[in-house]
Amino acid sequence: MTDKNGFFDLSRSALTRRTALKGLAAGAGLAVAPGFVRYSQAQSSAPIKIGFQSHRTGIGAAYGRWYEKTTAAAVKAINDAGGINGRQVEVIIEDDGTDPGRGAEVVGKFASQHKTDIVYGTLFSHVVIGSAPAAGEAKMPYFVVSEGHHVASTKLNRYVFQPGITDVKSQIQSMAPWIAANAGKKVTQIFPDFAFGYDHRDYLPPALKAQGAEVIAQIAIPPTESSFTKYFPQIPAETEVIYHVMVGPAVLTFVKELGEFYGSNRPQLFGFIDSLEATDINSPGLEFLDGSHFWEGSPRYAQPDDSPAQKAYRAAVGIDDNGAAVGDPKDVSTAAHMFGCWETLYVVKKAMEDAGYKGPEDRAKLVEATEALTEFADGPEHPQGPKTFNGKIHQCFGIQNISKVEGGRLNVVHKTKIEDGLYEPEGDYTTQAL
Amino acid sequence: MKDASPAKPYALHLGVIALLFTLSFVLPEYHHGLLARIMVLAVFAMGYNLLFGYVGLLSLGHAMFFSAGLYGAGLAVIHLGWSVPAAFAAGFACGALLALVIGLLALRTSGVAFMIVTMMFAQVFYLVILYLAAWTGGDQGMVVPQPMRVLVLGSTSLDLTNPTVRYMSALTLFSIVLLISLAIVRSGYGRVLVAIRENEERTKMLGYDTFSNKLAAVVISGSICAASGAAYALLFGYVGSSFASVQYSILPLLWVLLGGAATTLGPLIGTLFMYYVIDVASGYTSAYLLIVGIALILLVLFFPRGILGSIRQRWLGWLP
Repeated sequence: MTDKNGFFDLSRSALTRRTALKGLAAGAGLAVAPGFVRYSQAQSSAPIKIGFQSHRTGIGAAYGRWYEKTTAAAVKAINDAGGINGRQVEVIIEDDGTDPGRGAEVVGKFASQHKTDIVYGTLFSHVVIGSAPAAGEAKMPYFVVSEGHHVASTKLNRYVFQPGITDVKSQIQSMAPWIAANAGKKVTQIFPDFAFGYDHRDYLPPALKAQGAEVIAQIAIPPTESSFTKYFPQIPAETEVIYHVMVGPAVLTFVKELGEFYGSNRPQLFGFIDSLEATDINSPGLEFLDGSHFWEGSPRYAQPDDSPAQKAYRAAVGIDDNGAAVGDPKDVSTAAHMFGCWETLYVVKKAMEDAGYKGPEDRAKLVEATEALTEFADGPEHPQGPKTFNGKIHQCFGIQNISKVEGGRLNVVHKTKIEDGLYEPEGDYTTQAL
Repeated sequence: MKDASPAKPYALHLGVIALLFTLSFVLPEYHHGLLARIMVLAVFAMGYNLLFGYVGLLSLGHAMFFSAGLYGAGLAVIHLGWSVPAAFAAGFACGALLALVIGLLALRTSGVAFMIVTMMFAQVFYLVILYLAAWTGGDQGMVVPQPMRVLVLGSTSLDLTNPTVRYMSALTLFSIVLLISLAIVRSGYGRVLVAIRENEERTKMLGYDTFSNKLAAVVISGSICAASGAAYALLFGYVGSSFASVQYSILPLLWVLLGGAATTLGPLIGTLFMYYVIDVASGYTSAYLLIVGIALILLVLFFPRGILGSIRQRWLGWLP
């Protein structure tokens, strides 16, 4: 700014009152010119762009479809109520193929091509972990709806949040008191021999021990297995509860073969509904599950004590009393998880409003505003129930449901407390630089 | 493989490198980042091409070499805290060693059996990664911590998460491997490899030890793929088992077929083409893989030797 040719040398020309007035007049003239008005309106009313990293294809496609429906419903509700900071919300969807490599590319695409304000919506853990470095490097707030423990483990980075769904470690921990008190004290776990199963393998035993119960056997089933009968003799005879979290297409075979193995004289069964998301509980072969219990994040079936907020949410998303798409009873939703999309978007709204968010230059402010959140009250914005949020580990904690399979539907028999799922933080993202 | 003067091919390859260098300054941000990734994966394809294109050995297990480099480098940083050059060397060494062992075993077969054996070994490798989840992160994979992805050269620190540094690092690796590939295929050794592809019995009869030559090709090919995997872990910060799945064994085959097998620049063209078809098509429909499939069918029908292979056949016979 001190060009010796004098081009930018302000020291040579003193600012007089006359030149100042001229400048002010010119500025005012520009400000009232029609073009300028249009421009400033365009700035303030341009939509907030949310990049939705969706599993449209690949193994997560069933979830992806329902995540999109829930997102569309939430965005409509937010926009109908005036948007965020007076601006409408626009969702841009990119398919990540449920693949971590493509996921990272998609985050890059949102950051540098679509220039979205945030990236949101990822479910599968490996895609979240694969995409997180790209989000951190682009300094792009990345709000996932994954339920994995990876965010709360503080092994990702400061830009990754999970404010709309409780993580799996907390979910498992909060199941233990009910299992020990109602199902039995001697538990055998059957789980898939990959990361989803390992969360259950690692977190359930200490949680049960704290309740005076114990895991007496852990049976890991290889992911390539298509028949399970040969594993069942490993279940100890004294088992009172079988805790199962098999997922994928093989789950129908698993349940059928378990039924054939035990007949009518079986231990208690407890599972995570992840096994049967988007699957009709009345599918042939699942009869054996009658009388068993499942974890549900949000209940699939409408319950007699549903709050008005829950009813309004179900209507907005378009699911009937059985948790299937309105007008298509065979199109069963992923109700236990997809509420997380709705709630995450309302958290984003709240954080953007708290931060006075105007555009990508305010992303750091948005991160800090999100970290400053502590509680989300039960209501239209959080229809699944109240939650607390730990800004240090970027993770929310909510109530969980335990439902019993009765008469071909899932009835909620117990709701946990938030405190049941709290654990010691494993780190602190807020110490990382923005 | 005609005896043209070496000037033309070298000028072309140096020109391509210069073009990629120039593109770094003119490409929009998104395409800049995408091209860095494409160059790293084109190295993977070049490694594959050496074996498939020039020796005629169709492997369906090259994902194991790529992921040997990926995990070799990534885990060295995550668990041992190694520096970037040491981690890269570790990844490279893992791939080279694995390729030597697999080569010694798999080269006892040929044709379809070689294809199946390599696929089975890759599947074993994939399952071992899942089995050792405590170390590898299993199917979820692991993040290579951002603060450790810094290349220290004397008093200079290069942050590999910086887009320009990443692009230039990818270009450096790509250029080195491209020029090595060119040197190999123009060398006497390269001609022996082509001779093996065309008629192994006759090559043997001429006095060449075809097993040793093929084994060397497997090791070089596996090492190049491992270099690509190691670079991927260090430049993009993620190691995951999906890179060891069968999909990542088929992808380099497709990239090479598209670009032109047994052409040095074909792998780059094929990877570039496939990436952009997916990127553009996925913006319009979730059935983008159908479009990729149709593109592949059309190419096989009208350019059976791939893009560069067909160009060489019809117009530029001197293309290496």
